[in-house]
Amino acid sequence: MAANERIAVAKTYKIYIDGKFPRTESGRYFPLKDKRGKVLANVCRSSRKDFRNAVVAARKAQGAWAGASAYLRGQILYRIAEMLEGRSAQFVDELVLQGTTRARARREVETAIDRLIYYAGWSDKYQQVFSSVNPVASSHFNFSVLEPTGVVAIIAPDDSGLIGLVSNVAPAIVGGNTCVVLASETSPLSAVSFAEVLHASDVPAGVVNILTGFRSELVGQFASHMDVNAVAFAGLDRKVAGTVQSQAAENLKRVIARAGVDWMKSDAESPYFIRDTQEVKTTWHPIGT
Amino acid sequence: MSLAVIDNPFTYPDLSRVPAVDEVGINERVARFQSRSIKTDSKMAALRLVLSMIDLTTLEGQDTPGKVRQLCQKAIHLHDAMPGLPHVAAVCVYPNMVAVAKEALAGHDINIASVATAFPSGMSSREIKLEDTRMAVAAGANEIDMVISRGAFLAGDYRYVFDEIVAVKDACGDAHLKVILETGELGTLDRVRRASVLAMHAGADFIKTSTGKIQPAATMQVTLVMLQAIRDYYRATGRMVGMKPAGGISTAKLAIHYLVMLRETLGNAWMTPEWFRFGASSLANDVLMQIMKQTTGRYQSADYFSKD
Repeated sequence: MAANERIAVAKTYKIYIDGKFPRTESGRYFPLKDKRGKVLANVCRSSRKDFRNAVVAARKAQGAWAGASAYLRGQILYRIAEMLEGRSAQFVDELVLQGTTRARARREVETAIDRLIYYAGWSDKYQQVFSSVNPVASSHFNFSVLEPTGVVAIIAPDDSGLIGLVSNVAPAIVGGNTCVVLASETSPLSAVSFAEVLHASDVPAGVVNILTGFRSELVGQFASHMDVNAVAFAGLDRKVAGTVQSQAAENLKRVIARAGVDWMKSDAESPYFIRDTQEVKTTWHPIGT
Repeated sequence: MSLAVIDNPFTYPDLSRVPAVDEVGINERVARFQSRSIKTDSKMAALRLVLSMIDLTTLEGQDTPGKVRQLCQKAIHLHDAMPGLPHVAAVCVYPNMVAVAKEALAGHDINIASVATAFPSGMSSREIKLEDTRMAVAAGANEIDMVISRGAFLAGDYRYVFDEIVAVKDACGDAHLKVILETGELGTLDRVRRASVLAMHAGADFIKTSTGKIQPAATMQVTLVMLQAIRDYYRATGRMVGMKPAGGISTAKLAIHYLVMLRETLGNAWMTPEWFRFGASSLANDVLMQIMKQTTGRYQSADYFSKD
């Protein structure tokens, strides 16, 4: 090696829990390889204890995040988009490294940024669209409003590293939920870098927690944890999806199965994605005497 | 080592004989206790033991009779969805709430502990402190948690502190006396060790770390120093003294670390609620959640456990 040849500093891809970047508590890693079999990185193989810690963090953060004003939540989502824009070249390169063509990678990063802006805009509007004043026969003022369901466990789509993750996280958090996300198993690097973007965007610690690892190992935990209020997934085979549903029944989690969605398309964004993780609260307020 | 009884357990101790504490050694030892692997059956046994050692506590200025009754209900019905659980050792309240707790716990084998002696600061006259103690005992408390006069202790007036503990012990009658050192205000481990020796010689049935009102409250370091003092006192006098760390122990995992430390310092004889207690308010639910996790395989949510 020539004396002036520099050795590049490789990034350690760690997980994101409670606003920190720990390694998996299990000490297990798996090598992520490109098409030619070259190792790109050693990625954390998160354990159920990592998941448990992440749920504790998400639960702790949920009250304050739901209590933040819609305006502030919108601003923070917008801020995430700004940060992602500034680092888009890195995300494109990372997607290419993981096997995406450069043109598609560029489109994916741009769509992810636009999607964040889209949901940022909805932050103070979805309540108006989905809330209602209801006609009732008695002398009551009767109205229904949305409240966040709480902690949402998200199994991100496997087929895209970034856009699938963003498209599932943004509608959950804009509505005041906190979440624990399992990144794409085949392209986990973008998820870890996205966590760094979140970290620099005023997203409070614990609002988004991102794990990497094996779906087969963690899906059952995502479905069965009693302190998770909703589980959202995309692209699980029918048998696994069935198991998730029956395990989720134990504490009546919302199960949100998003099958067959092309996350790059414009119909993969909608206020109904926000409503998926909301509960409707109806109030009967007496009027007259 | 044979247990030759050489010292009278109830005389004023020669504090110049109290050994200095090796702080580095204490830290290293504490780190070791946290590396033990307690799994499956032993974990379950440990969790159940922790439950049975808890003094379920509410010591707030805002405590109402309703809040105390709720705490007593929690003590009796820890988690009815899981039959066969042990109950907690005691509930711990302020003296004016003892009567409420006694009524709520009637017919149940759960002790009533009351703090006394101008808790938490201890800044009052001897007479008022003794009256405080007598009032709690008369109302039905069978355990008294007193605070030492830290001001006098730090000023070097050890005799005053000793005499005060003796007097309170006398006022307790049949009630057990736990002596709170408030280690967070003592400053050094050497003083913790010295205060422990003083309290045990003055007649403490238990020594206790903290009121829970001062940070830091219980730490593994101060608890280890106190356990070592208990061990050496036992070797010298043949009298067993109990230990109660209080404040800041809110997770089952940490409580199990304490049990490991207890087992490896004092041995099996102390591994019962008669000789070891946890002063805690939120520990019980975390232990219950761990027990349910071990039983069902599912991580639990606080939503499904009664508030304490």
